[in-house]
Amino acid sequence: MTYQKTFKYSAVAVATSMMLVISGCDDSISKPGSDSYSAGDADFSKMVTVGDSLTAGYADSALYLNGQLASYPAILAGQINQVQPITFTQPLVNDNTGGLLANGTSLGLSNRLVLAADAEGTIGPAPIAGEPTTEIGIPAVGPFNNVGVPGAKSFHLVSTAYGDITGVAAGSANPYFVRFASAPTTSVLVDAASQVPSFFTLWIGNNDTLSYATGGGVGVDQTGNLDPTTYGASDITDPNVFASVYNSLVTTMTANGAKGVLINLPDVTSIPFFTTVPYNAIPLDAETAAGVNAGFASYNGGLLQAQAGALITEEEVAARTITFAAGNNAVLIEDEDLTDLSALSLPSYRQATAEDYILLTTSSALGTLADPNNPLSVVGVGFPLNDAQVLTASEVALTTDANEAYNATIAALAEASPNLALYDAAAAQSTLATEGIQYGTGGITATFARGGGFSLDGVHPTERGYAVIANDLIDVIQESFGATIPKVDPGSYRTVYTN
Amino acid sequence: MKRIVLLTVSCCAFGTAYSGGYRVAIQGQKAMGMGHTGVALGESAETVFFNPAGMAFLEDSASFTAGATLINSEIEYYSADTNTGATTDSPLGTPIGLYYSRKHSDQLSYGLGIYTPFGSTVEWPDDWAGSHLINNISLAAIFVQPTVAWQFNDRYSAGLGLVYASGGVEFDRNLNTSLTNENGDRSKVTLDATGVDDVGANLGFMAKVNDKVQIGVNYRTEMSLEAEGQSADFENIPASLSTLFTDTTFSADVPLPAELTLGLSYKYNDKTTVAVDLNFTEWSVYEELLVDFDNAVPDSVNARGYKDTTTFRIGVQHHHSDRWTVRGGFYFDQTPIVSGLYSPDSPRDDTSFLTVGATYNHSSRLAFDVSAFMGLSDEVTNSYDQYAESDGTLSPFGGTYLSSVNGIGFGVSYNY
Repeated sequence: MTYQKTFKYSAVAVATSMMLVISGCDDSISKPGSDSYSAGDADFSKMVTVGDSLTAGYADSALYLNGQLASYPAILAGQINQVQPITFTQPLVNDNTGGLLANGTSLGLSNRLVLAADAEGTIGPAPIAGEPTTEIGIPAVGPFNNVGVPGAKSFHLVSTAYGDITGVAAGSANPYFVRFASAPTTSVLVDAASQVPSFFTLWIGNNDTLSYATGGGVGVDQTGNLDPTTYGASDITDPNVFASVYNSLVTTMTANGAKGVLINLPDVTSIPFFTTVPYNAIPLDAETAAGVNAGFASYNGGLLQAQAGALITEEEVAARTITFAAGNNAVLIEDEDLTDLSALSLPSYRQATAEDYILLTTSSALGTLADPNNPLSVVGVGFPLNDAQVLTASEVALTTDANEAYNATIAALAEASPNLALYDAAAAQSTLATEGIQYGTGGITATFARGGGFSLDGVHPTERGYAVIANDLIDVIQESFGATIPKVDPGSYRTVYTN
Repeated sequence: MKRIVLLTVSCCAFGTAYSGGYRVAIQGQKAMGMGHTGVALGESAETVFFNPAGMAFLEDSASFTAGATLINSEIEYYSADTNTGATTDSPLGTPIGLYYSRKHSDQLSYGLGIYTPFGSTVEWPDDWAGSHLINNISLAAIFVQPTVAWQFNDRYSAGLGLVYASGGVEFDRNLNTSLTNENGDRSKVTLDATGVDDVGANLGFMAKVNDKVQIGVNYRTEMSLEAEGQSADFENIPASLSTLFTDTTFSADVPLPAELTLGLSYKYNDKTTVAVDLNFTEWSVYEELLVDFDNAVPDSVNARGYKDTTTFRIGVQHHHSDRWTVRGGFYFDQTPIVSGLYSPDSPRDDTSFLTVGATYNHSSRLAFDVSAFMGLSDEVTNSYDQYAESDGTLSPFGGTYLSSVNGIGFGVSYNY
């Protein structure tokens, strides 16, 4: 072999290696490319999302800009846009403060909550400082693809009074809808359907039990009352009213052949608003417990007298007998469902059980003095939590029954049409509450303030929680309509804000 | 030849060869052409690093060589769960090596080496999915090694270098997966340590078994960059936590593990030599990265759990003419990272490297070296499972990683 030849071989070897280096530069992880994306059988060209605060992107007790930008409809639309270019508009508010103005006057809504230290240095949710700047008297001009209205119940969506500013004070209208309603006499459904959607999501009915539950069950279970115009704000909607309204919502939204996803309703007791404060939140030492027990000796004795007089059963005596001991004690509550013994001068008191839910908003009252001059009036110990501060077991049952009936309606309608899919948000939220949800780059739980899933109002998801919901919806759409849509990484969305 | 040089420059102006962990195994252009072998060669001043004993067998009375490499590295991350990804935007790495060796007598040689065997620069996009583990890291260490070698006879020699290492690291990450200030900006910490140093040794033994076969052993001791009182800055901290997360100082240790290399070279004929090296690196010393803040902020404990690694290297060189020498090599580099501890600061799997190189002898004294190399990585799907949220729950961060490294180096040698 001549030198010349050897050299040529070497040169070829070097050159080949260099070529390999070039090809190495183009290396990339194999993954589904945009060419594999597809809308499947669905047409997303006009997507309309209908619902309440969850659809609006409400979080931290407020509707604010960042929350709206991370609403599940906005996230979903952003991902669908990679599959089929669409425009998706929302009635964005002005600021990240929250709250609304009506003709220059604040409606007194809460500013968004952030974690902040109080005077003692204890960190907890507190409204951020600032004045609202979003004016409902200045219409936001639509149409808007996202017609989520915070506070809306099922029957509100068909109400033609719901967008009339003159009804805000009386409660017949909703200030959020007033702001972006196309006319004072329109309804949410009309504004949604008039856009002739090709695809829609519907998530309504949460507030039909939630307002009752967050009010501690002070409202009325209206089951049997078919006239929603007679309902109070914190009442449970009759399941037949819900079914009738929901049916007309679906019929109207699908009138032009639209496909859509119906989203069912999580159990209210799976949210941290009800699960954060334990029923046995009262730590006592033995001495204090003995003192408190002495104070209730006459009440306990009165119960036995009532039983002797056949006014109450032995079971009720057991449920009502008050005993405190060293350690954690169940809080004292007033329960109007107990037999009224006021004739014997006995109040309707008992201690809470694991089936009762102490509201998140009650935690600040627990342990304080109901009467500043009476050291025995400690709230939850010597002084009971009132009806509005606790959702008792029997009240929970009312919400659960109604919710199950609503979900049966939703499931039946989804089942009845090949154009409709069901997202089981109730199951997803139950998973979140019991074991948390992992998404590959991290996870969220339902733990208040720290779990990452729920915002500081204890009811609404964080931006990260909404991202998980959006991914779930993508799963449902892919499965039901043969679409292929990229998901988002929930880990890149915010959770709670801290000041 | 012109064409080859042009091709070389045009396609590999970016390129990298990182070894496992944060070791950057590019300490000589000639060696790199041969798969970074050299423990049993002793043919150029590069032996100051590879095996100080080889200095005793250098033919010229004085040898000098200097080289630098441009490394291009990129890490792509992709999560199949979320169908989202991120790609690093890291600057070129530029390891260098300068070596000088001089014969004092027939027995004694002395010399100096200056080189950069450890380093890592990884820049992920701000607030990317793994930003609670790492956003950016830049680690660099320079070693200065005065060295002596002793030739016992025609066949045996030994060498000893004292190593002074000086390094620094800058590292930033978000404080956790979710903390933001009231405006929603993620809270983060930046650690910056500079001028951290340590001393160690580089020991070698070399034997000429016969005219054709030469063997060598090289041991480099473990060193440790022990940062103390270096600066830790916190940004975007919520007002209510600002009394806790005050800017402070911190302490942390980064080990530079010991390395044992066994080598053998075989002269096939006057023109062609084959070399084989086996490296053992004691990466198991890197159990965790513990950052101890000098204020009330809790320690940051980052499990690493590295395992010892073995690297197999083979290279061949051919003296084509008085002017030209060409080289080729291969090495298989084990990763020290164990499954379940794939942290995105260095998420590389076992990697094979191809290397090529050449020397142009301008005169009997002056020569120019070039080397190029590329890593052949497969994508790897793994996770870092030891990240704990503030409530103690573990929050694994996983996905598929693909690292690409390639590079090109240039050197100059002068012997007299």
